Amino acid sequence: MTDTPLLKVRDISKFYGARIGCQNVSFDLWPGEVLAIVGESGSGKTTLLNCLATRLMPTSGAVEYRMRDGEMRELSRMSEAERRFLMRTDWGFVHQNPADGLRMAVSAGANVGERLMAVGDRHYGKIRETAGDWLRRVEISTDRIDDQPRAFSGGMRQRLQIARNLVTAPRLIFMDEPTGGLDVSVQARLLDLLRGLVQDLGLSAIIVTHDLAVARLLSHRMMVMKDGLVIEQGLTDRVLDDPREAYTQLLVSSILQV
Amino acid sequence: MATPLVVSEVAKSFTMHLRDGIRLPVMSNVSFSVKAGECVVLGGPSGIGKSSLLKMVYGNYAVDSGQILIEHGGRLLDLAVADPRTILSVRRATLGYVSQFLRTVPRVAAVDVVAEPLTARGVDAAEARETAEAMLARLNLPRELWQLPPATFSGGEQQRVNIARGFITDHRILLLDEPTASLDAKNRAVVVGMIEEKKAAGVALLGIFHDEDVREKVADRIVDVSAFSPRKSAA
Repeated sequence: MTDTPLLKVRDISKFYGARIGCQNVSFDLWPGEVLAIVGESGSGKTTLLNCLATRLMPTSGAVEYRMRDGEMRELSRMSEAERRFLMRTDWGFVHQNPADGLRMAVSAGANVGERLMAVGDRHYGKIRETAGDWLRRVEISTDRIDDQPRAFSGGMRQRLQIARNLVTAPRLIFMDEPTGGLDVSVQARLLDLLRGLVQDLGLSAIIVTHDLAVARLLSHRMMVMKDGLVIEQGLTDRVLDDPREAYTQLLVSSILQV
Repeated sequence: MATPLVVSEVAKSFTMHLRDGIRLPVMSNVSFSVKAGECVVLGGPSGIGKSSLLKMVYGNYAVDSGQILIEHGGRLLDLAVADPRTILSVRRATLGYVSQFLRTVPRVAAVDVVAEPLTARGVDAAEARETAEAMLARLNLPRELWQLPPATFSGGEQQRVNIARGFITDHRILLLDEPTASLDAKNRAVVVGMIEEKKAAGVALLGIFHDEDVREKVADRIVDVSAFSPRKSAA
């Protein structure tokens, strides 16, 4: 185990004109750690995620990432090409809507293979084999490898998006409501799959979700956001079992029991 | 060797923001310790805060003040102020917990639920599975259930999965929240035997046992929680 964080976030703020997206967010993410960001719609979770993943430029603050060679680099000081390379290789981004993260008009195999080609793989047979392996890992039958994701169900599309992201063995994965919009049985399967993959691959992950059960199941640590601010953070079971802030107590007490 | 667990002048209250911010004092001036090889049982009527106290030690509940000192990796740590990453590493290596209820994960087989604390510490998967199977066999869980997710198991079966998971590691400190509550006499005896073995191995145990028979057999000392409670007697 290394003793340096993978990601260092310092005072990230994002304003949309006078409106606050998120304000003064700081934390460290360690290798193998899963962080959940929870809060209701409009609380700034996705804005924060996008700022971290360089999909949005923060108004102020700094995000540093430890590269594979061990060097800490500030993301805003990287060139566009370097950031894109990081996005395609060492990072993954799982969108709530799979159509945003997949190419809907090319085959499932090509969707997974594309990221491999981005890191320099050229051998068609090998790429196809690896793509097939990953489809199996996310429980998509390999005889669907030549089908387009358009022909897949919502749950399958989401699993395909996950395979596409993980094929390059990223160290950090960002997820924006990865189980949103799926029915519960499909959700359970996806959650179990994610949990297994995160554990087996030793991934670090930042997951935005409004679903506290998802946070409980997947994350080690969580941050609660309201009106763009992190109002409470800590160990996931501590925040959920002993919420301190009024808003967190409201969130936790609003969970429906089945 | 330092005392594995020392709780010193701990206080805890809940602030209920949804009830006009009323403050419920739960406990104050909690001080006790558990030595290696000793089983300390928390006593007092139900509702007095015994489970809350275990949750404070495990880190599920934050404390307002005081110290919870634990020996972890050759160092003395105060869990009351430790960061999440430290608490997770303490739970992985030093501090185990058998809760009253099993929190099941969909689709994970009972045997893997039990093996997980070992694999999390880097034990080879096949070896961990073998140890897990031995634990489940000892607790008389029918073999045909091992490969099934425990969500559909009976209370007693889930509890045995939970116990197997909690006892599988060599954690130096073990917290037990009514581990024998929904077990029959035969399996209660198995659990008593497992507790005896932990004691012999020098593990510090802190537990809640409503079953008098079990309590008599395993307890070296009883700490009366009512002494720490502002209510003194339960509702």
